[in-house]
Amino acid sequence: MKELSAIATIAYRDVLGLFRDRTRLLFSLFFSVIFISVVGGMLGQNIGHALPFDYTQFVFFGFITQMLFQGALVGLVTLIRDRESNFSQEIFIAPISRYSIILGKVLGSSITSIITVLGMVVYGLVTGIKLSWLDLAAFVPVTLAAAVMGAALGLLLIGNLKNQQTANMIFPLIIFPQTFVAGVLTPINSSSWWLSLISHIAPLTYVVDFMRNMLAFHHPAYQKLILYPMWVDMAVIAAMSVVFIVVGTWAFVRGERNR
Amino acid sequence: MSNKPVPVIQVENLVKRYKKAKVNAVDNISFSVNQGEFFAFLGPNGAGKTTTISILTTTLAKTSGKITIAGHDLDQASKKVRQNVGIIFQNPSLDLELSAEENIRLHASLYGEYGFRPAYALMPAAYKSQVKELAELVGLENDLFKPMKTFSGGMKRKLEIVRSLMHNPQILFLDEPTSGLDPLSRNELWKYLQTVREKHGTTIFLTTHYLDEAEGADRICIVDKGRIASFGTPAEIKRTLVQDYMTIDAADRAALRAELKKLSAHFEGAGPFKVRFDGDTAQHLIQRIKTPLIHLEVRMPTLEEAYINMIAGEVI
Repeated sequence: MKELSAIATIAYRDVLGLFRDRTRLLFSLFFSVIFISVVGGMLGQNIGHALPFDYTQFVFFGFITQMLFQGALVGLVTLIRDRESNFSQEIFIAPISRYSIILGKVLGSSITSIITVLGMVVYGLVTGIKLSWLDLAAFVPVTLAAAVMGAALGLLLIGNLKNQQTANMIFPLIIFPQTFVAGVLTPINSSSWWLSLISHIAPLTYVVDFMRNMLAFHHPAYQKLILYPMWVDMAVIAAMSVVFIVVGTWAFVRGERNR
Repeated sequence: MSNKPVPVIQVENLVKRYKKAKVNAVDNISFSVNQGEFFAFLGPNGAGKTTTISILTTTLAKTSGKITIAGHDLDQASKKVRQNVGIIFQNPSLDLELSAEENIRLHASLYGEYGFRPAYALMPAAYKSQVKELAELVGLENDLFKPMKTFSGGMKRKLEIVRSLMHNPQILFLDEPTSGLDPLSRNELWKYLQTVREKHGTTIFLTTHYLDEAEGADRICIVDKGRIASFGTPAEIKRTLVQDYMTIDAADRAALRAELKKLSAHFEGAGPFKVRFDGDTAQHLIQRIKTPLIHLEVRMPTLEEAYINMIAGEVI
């Protein structure tokens, strides 16, 4: 019970921090809106008409998945920020498991990423992107998968990073390529072997494929875009997340205590 | 009933060597601290004070040695150790995005004292009264709901005291708690800490650069280059490392010098004379001097003088 309370406390701090930091909140909302309207709109209007599905909707779903993944990943950087501002001392001196601390951060960054995505959903509804209740229902497990996978990858990365400056340099290198190779903006079924190899290394690929699998139940056109059966995506997401969280937690805690 | 002191911190042969370092930051030190004691851990920069306090509070792994805190082995029961200690770090460890009360609530929830609640209004009455009582103790009762960004350095330190006492720790570690504070804030802080100690019987483990703060300690441990250089009560340390002396002068310095020689007094200088009164008292020595004096100053060395002499490797 004590550990659960600690996890909730750490997660709540992250959520509170998002609402206290208005600039961050507004930037994440505006960035999403600009990206979906400009990038999605541009590609949709020029190449979308040749596709057998609604391209704007396709990009919208892909981008929401990516934002959930990315938000959770970047949220973990706050652990490094806490280390630099000495606040991590307060957390690490508390009589709770190191895993509870990490789980609290994973949960907190996941919830903050969901909050920022809610703005996108509202934007989508206002601008006429077709969204049904079935779509939104399909996103419940997708949200969980994207947030956990993103946070797990973030944890793996920060476990080996010394400061926020390094994190700020490395994180875009990890996130940006995945936007293209994971199938967020375009289908990736016809990639050459080496691009396909990169796609298969990218954790986001399995989350996006899981999302397409979920939506394919009522969007038959997505059936042809799916890479793997749903259970394969789920198994890879679970396995990668567990490995990333265990290795990342071990590396981070070791880095904190063994100096 | 026995009055034998109960050790609450026991350190045996503690060694810490940082990665890639060629020498030990803490080099085989052993000491113990008794329950309710005010224990000062002193030393120059780089002596190993913060390293030791970080190991004792489980935030840094040791290289070797055995440590027991509040009856719990540091290696076997680190969570129980953390439950029993409070710490005020060298640099404030507060979340500046939160209010003062939110920082306290976060701490109380992390320590399992009170279950997590997203708002102060939802917290139990016991929490509210504890926060109020502790905030009044340090004079922060009117600032609890203000953002941390509006707090001065002294207020942040006071808030850290409130926060660190929320889980009723047996031992309070203070790592240079007054560094960066103005003299008034320092004075106030020590007044509050004294009250806390009297009221809660908390053991205080202090590291500081301000040696006047350690004058009131029950015992002092001075470390230098990772090793214990001196250990004892402030009086014992002063007695060991420095000697009381007086400075006297007379219009007829030759007569005074001759008289001091006749009395076999230990003195130095050509006037004024610096006279040690080893095992004697200033009054007894003065009574025996007949030459009229024009200057008399009795010097009782401070802990700071003892410390400086020890670190400089010389005795007056």
